[in-house]
Amino acid sequence: MSPQGDGAGSANAPKSMTIIVTKGSLDWAYPPFILGTTAAAMGVDVTMFFTFYGLPLLLKKLDLQVTPLGNPAMKMPMAGMHMVMPNIVGMIPGVDAIASKMMKNMIASKGVASIEELREMAVDADINMIACQMTMDLFEYKLEDMIGGIKLGGAATYMENALKSDINLYI
Amino acid sequence: MADRVLDAKGLNCPLPIIRTKKVLKDMTAGATLEVLATDPGSVADFSAFCRTTGNEMVEQGQDGTVYRFVIRRAAA
Repeated sequence: MSPQGDGAGSANAPKSMTIIVTKGSLDWAYPPFILGTTAAAMGVDVTMFFTFYGLPLLLKKLDLQVTPLGNPAMKMPMAGMHMVMPNIVGMIPGVDAIASKMMKNMIASKGVASIEELREMAVDADINMIACQMTMDLFEYKLEDMIGGIKLGGAATYMENALKSDINLYI
Repeated sequence: MADRVLDAKGLNCPLPIIRTKKVLKDMTAGATLEVLATDPGSVADFSAFCRTTGNEMVEQGQDGTVYRFVIRRAAA
């Protein structure tokens, strides 16, 4: 079987996928970039639409953070156990920075790609990356703050891609 | 003996697949690529990758903690 198939487009069009990327924390940045780069490697045409808190994932300089606050599912391996950070601890200034540092160390030690690496692969794989113009205006970002190779667009631009795609995800 | 070897040991999902695709892209149709990986998820993932892309899984094996896949590149 090949990626050429009965996609929503013409009979010979490759399969396509869109992802709306709405979250920009270190943990939430992974699913869209992992799925996007993998789909591209499998011959799928991929569009990623970055909006709201997902938009800063297109900034040239990334400094992604993760917070244990309000996240009881975040269990960090520690001394052979899995520890949940009580909210009261998560509220202490500096705890997010420590948790982020720990997460990044874990990521590197387990052979997991960094978001910077995955994003570079996304660019190399010609993934169609669209920055939400409205969010750019709302949060006062300029195109020159962003990496090259991206396009600006809005909901209609996304919809045009989504309507002809086989898979549409909201993350 | 495969035409090329890709060492993806120590890499985690999705890196082995993405590196594999990158190497396959520059190979000629019919050429074979041997991939070595330690990610246990790669067993299911490489099969899925081959079924979806039309590249052929010629050989598959395991030596201790190292998984070995030999893939024949499909015609473009």
